[in-house]
Amino acid sequence: MEFILPLWPAYPELFLLLAVSVILIGDLFVRDENRIVTYGLTQAALVGCIFITWMWATREPVYTFSGMFVDDLMSDVLKLLVLLSVMLVLAYSRPYLAARGMFRGEFFALILFATLGMMIMISANHLLVLYLGLELMMLSLYSLVALQRDSATATEAAMKYFVLGALASGMLLYGMSMIYGATGTLEITELAQLIAEGSVSDLNAVLVFGLVFVVAGIGFELGVVPFHMWVPDVYQGSPNPVALFVSSVPKLAGFAIIVRLLAQGLGAEQLVAEWQQMLLVMAVLSIVIGNVTAIVQTNLKRMLAYSTIAHMGFVLLGVLAGDENGLSAAMFYMVVYVLMNLGAFGMILLLSRSGFEADNLEDFRGLNQRSPWYAFMMLLIMFSMVGIPPTVGFYAKLAVLQALLNAGFLPVAVVAVVFSVVGAFYYLRLVKLMYFDAPEDTAPIAPGADVKVLMSLNGGAMLFFGIMPQPLMALCLYSIQASL
Amino acid sequence: MTFQTFIFYFFAGVLVASAICVITARNPVHAALFLVLAFFTSAGIWIQLQAEFLAIALVLVYVGAVMVLFLFVVMMLDINIARMRAGFWSYLPVGGAVAALLVLEMGFIVTGNYFGAEGAPAPDALPPGYSNTKELGRLLYTEYVYPFEIAAVILLVAIVAAIALTLRRRKTTRGMDVGEQVKVRREDRVRIVSMQPVRAGDEDAQKRGEA
Repeated sequence: MEFILPLWPAYPELFLLLAVSVILIGDLFVRDENRIVTYGLTQAALVGCIFITWMWATREPVYTFSGMFVDDLMSDVLKLLVLLSVMLVLAYSRPYLAARGMFRGEFFALILFATLGMMIMISANHLLVLYLGLELMMLSLYSLVALQRDSATATEAAMKYFVLGALASGMLLYGMSMIYGATGTLEITELAQLIAEGSVSDLNAVLVFGLVFVVAGIGFELGVVPFHMWVPDVYQGSPNPVALFVSSVPKLAGFAIIVRLLAQGLGAEQLVAEWQQMLLVMAVLSIVIGNVTAIVQTNLKRMLAYSTIAHMGFVLLGVLAGDENGLSAAMFYMVVYVLMNLGAFGMILLLSRSGFEADNLEDFRGLNQRSPWYAFMMLLIMFSMVGIPPTVGFYAKLAVLQALLNAGFLPVAVVAVVFSVVGAFYYLRLVKLMYFDAPEDTAPIAPGADVKVLMSLNGGAMLFFGIMPQPLMALCLYSIQASL
Repeated sequence: MTFQTFIFYFFAGVLVASAICVITARNPVHAALFLVLAFFTSAGIWIQLQAEFLAIALVLVYVGAVMVLFLFVVMMLDINIARMRAGFWSYLPVGGAVAALLVLEMGFIVTGNYFGAEGAPAPDALPPGYSNTKELGRLLYTEYVYPFEIAAVILLVAIVAAIALTLRRRKTTRGMDVGEQVKVRREDRVRIVSMQPVRAGDEDAQKRGEA
């Protein structure tokens, strides 16, 4: 018997797995004071993976591993973004980790394993693979949150994350089993085909039943209301670099599973109407509760957590528009969200030093007097989160609202706009603290050259993509069109 | 009712009952033992479904290895049941209502016409010499090789995470340095003191002197 498959579409995953195994073993031979070698190897592995993804990128979808793996333009774009974001996360985290004794090989190995899980999810064309990729990512994230064993808050956050995450993945799995029961297949393209042919019409109730559980699982992964309880606790409890990682990169993979499951697999018309309603409720509740609750927070990480919930609500609004424009707007929003979030958490990391966490709003007081440049960068990021015109956040919100209006959801769009204005309050309060208050803390801000350049690029990107959003938007639209 | 259906309902009944006992048992050791029973009966059901390999693997791996280890862990830990049960009654109304609603809704779907016996006809009889194990192996290493490998990576992550989270030096940890132990010579441990021999009579004299 012969068994041949094209391996090249999966080269990035295979390379990353190989690299993380090498790093895991190589790290044993590195002394604690030379741990920078592990860091260098990790960054090199990510660069190599970016190169391979770039070289083997395809426009037409290619399937391999018996149809379980798909390599299309959307997966390539999302993978490149994931890899770049992970590099940025590691660069921002390095000084913090070194100062806190967390600069250990396991940290890098777990980050790379989580990245691998995300890439598997992004390229999954099979419910089983999707689930396994999700588990790979979540297991790595749980242990990353708990990595600082002596911190009681980190352990508590990890515990909450683990229990709720296990529940959510159980729901997702149950939903998938129902979908399998209704259609007899786990392969996403085949699933869509079977539903489109109408051969499962009498089992519609079972499909919708499975869909409810799948949507619940996705809702947990993104952290939208009513599955948002873990978000603030995990962000606040985990060490800053882990919070930076958990809050940003996995959302890209979350977007990928939305596209794969809802748009590709269960995208038949009668089912779209079903999940549109569920997403609608989740999105509106997220925007309302996220923005209102964020106002009363004094901890910056907690505030950003609630702002994440609101942003994810916006992404869902784009998805529920249900067409190509809506999905590409949602993808654009997600990419912009990740950029903004990396900047905001990166700034917390930049200001924190040994024994000082800089995660309260008060810690940003008078930042302008201490360092006008970083205050300006933070200003750009905050403006972008509000959605003030020259920054990219404005176009992200605009694209989503446009797609929403085209799909005829006027009242929802109005609610979204109103609560975005409410949300402007807490972002602008931070700007006020930075610019109009006197600093209490006068420690010098002296980040390394790499962080300096990257933070400037990150803040500058808000302005750059705000002035020229077209290329990124076109890329999102193009990759969604190529994948659907 | 044929004998086969009787067997099925017997195993299924014991399985559900023991599963309920797992979550209601007050003593964690009892809960673990009920879980063993649940695994055993589900292995029985698998045998009925002609999935011999899975049944045997379940008994060997879960009952034989995992649960025994788990029992050891449960016995070593000092779990405070009373504290874990605190607030049980105050959470019961809301939790119970949600659970009842969920069970009701699931019941509508699962017991409906969708999953009836008519929808799933009995499979054809297997040819002689058919090997369940071989078929599973063939599928795992060809069609399902990708998820199989991912599962392996997940296990690797579990190992890395478990070691990273538990292997740490506490201030109170008392370990020994094996290298130092091997290097040690007799002179480092034994001190030979030369003393004057003591006679019986002198001893009495000493005692008297002390007194």
